[in-house]
Amino acid sequence: MLIRPPNDILSSEITPHEVYRERRRFMQGMGVLAAGAALGVAADVEAGVRLAGVRGSAYTLNEAKTPYKSVTTYNNFYEFGTGKSDPAENAGGLNTRPWTVAVEGEVNKPGVYDMDMLLKLAPLEERVYRMRCVEGWSMVIPWVGFPLHELIRRANPTGNARYVEFVTLHDPGQMPGQRSRVLDWPYVEGLRMDEAMNPLTLLAVGLYGEVLPNQNGAPIRLVVPWKYGFKSAKSIVRIRFVEKQPLTAWMKATPSEYGFYSNVNPQVDHPRWSQARERRIGEFFKRDTLMFNGYGAQVAQMYRGMDLKRYF
Amino acid sequence: MRRVFHNPRFWVFAVCLLPLTRLIVLGFSGGLGANPIEFITRSLGTWTLVGLMVTLSVTPLRRLTGHAELIRYRRMLGLFAFFYACLHFVTYIWLDQFFDPAAIVKDIVKRPFITVGFAAFVLLVPLALTSTHAMMRRLGRRWQQLHRLVYAIAILGVIHYLWLVKKDLTDPLVYAVVLTLLLVLRLPWVVHALQAVRSSRRVSPQS
Repeated sequence: MLIRPPNDILSSEITPHEVYRERRRFMQGMGVLAAGAALGVAADVEAGVRLAGVRGSAYTLNEAKTPYKSVTTYNNFYEFGTGKSDPAENAGGLNTRPWTVAVEGEVNKPGVYDMDMLLKLAPLEERVYRMRCVEGWSMVIPWVGFPLHELIRRANPTGNARYVEFVTLHDPGQMPGQRSRVLDWPYVEGLRMDEAMNPLTLLAVGLYGEVLPNQNGAPIRLVVPWKYGFKSAKSIVRIRFVEKQPLTAWMKATPSEYGFYSNVNPQVDHPRWSQARERRIGEFFKRDTLMFNGYGAQVAQMYRGMDLKRYF
Repeated sequence: MRRVFHNPRFWVFAVCLLPLTRLIVLGFSGGLGANPIEFITRSLGTWTLVGLMVTLSVTPLRRLTGHAELIRYRRMLGLFAFFYACLHFVTYIWLDQFFDPAAIVKDIVKRPFITVGFAAFVLLVPLALTSTHAMMRRLGRRWQQLHRLVYAIAILGVIHYLWLVKKDLTDPLVYAVVLTLLLVLRLPWVVHALQAVRSSRRVSPQS
């Protein structure tokens, strides 16, 4: 006869995951506060610290969020190395304060914004977006940020501003991946003006209600959920309004494979692999990739009449 | 039992099983990361390539060192390369595509890196099937001709890796360089030159 040992831990006694995380976060917060006080730096900028005053938003999804651990350990951020775990391992040396973003080019009100100004520019809101990587995997991520059009409105673009260019920090000292010439640094991305003004386009400063971890593009990054992930420039230092279509880092690297638009499109394959399906991180079966990553209702009209095979 | 531990073949066998053991241990300890299927597929592919390179280094090593007995491990090494190629292929068919024949056929035809990888795998099959002593005897000289396919297979394997990578070509290029070296060491004039160096070294102390 099989005699089972008594189960000495009741399942009700095991700390629920969320409570555990809250506790850990609280203790981390305390630790950061103490360290911050000792070093004389602002304590509210470290990854993992809760952002205050974050509103909910209409942008939620009926899909399971990708666990925090996956979102923060499986990243493409070549400034810190080309391996998926490199950013989490190497981004610790990135100094996100002080940090300024220059807003320039074809605008009536150019300016240099520091992070305090950016955090107060507009109410912070949480938006749960799908994120589809050009490599064929996807996540569901709760970002915290504000719509890019809030910043654009304040910059007051001139009539010549037809595109917006985003430039990532270029500092091989802080970004060891930039010591190798995988891409022509700095990382440059761009959007057409109407794409930049689209209510979906977000400037994110947080993740899961907390300050954005460095490996996810701290302190401020773009999130364009209907385009492949690489369009969402990270650790932005310059936003430039221009007349001509910007030459992005990936277009420069491989023009035949990466176009300016890079909209998620299951019908237009990457020259070397299919884009019809994707693996949602954490799921076993692949799922069908949705046109415009499922945001067609909000963005399809911008591309009406365009041949998306040509403008990939 | 002690005789088993004294047999070098046992140790070669055990070492060849380490990559698989590592995957199993990582799998049970949750160490495969956020995208376990990608991790497993990549790892098995890498070890297939390593297996091919190690197998291809047996002959040059034998010529360089004069240790003729190294040839005794070549079959096992080659079969391990095939073993990891099979696991790599099964991971793709089962975990990545989940036995969706339409998707697999489309993938093999449409995605060039899958096409070359699949070709390399198909070409490995006859080599594995004819690896026995009996087949060697039966095929005679044609056995060696057939098994020269391994050069093509290794080249296809490296191309498979090169075409898969998004941008950073460092890792696949390392394999390309190693393979080039292994192939250059087989060129007739290089073989002659090496033989000349070896025989002059052996002769010189007396002269």
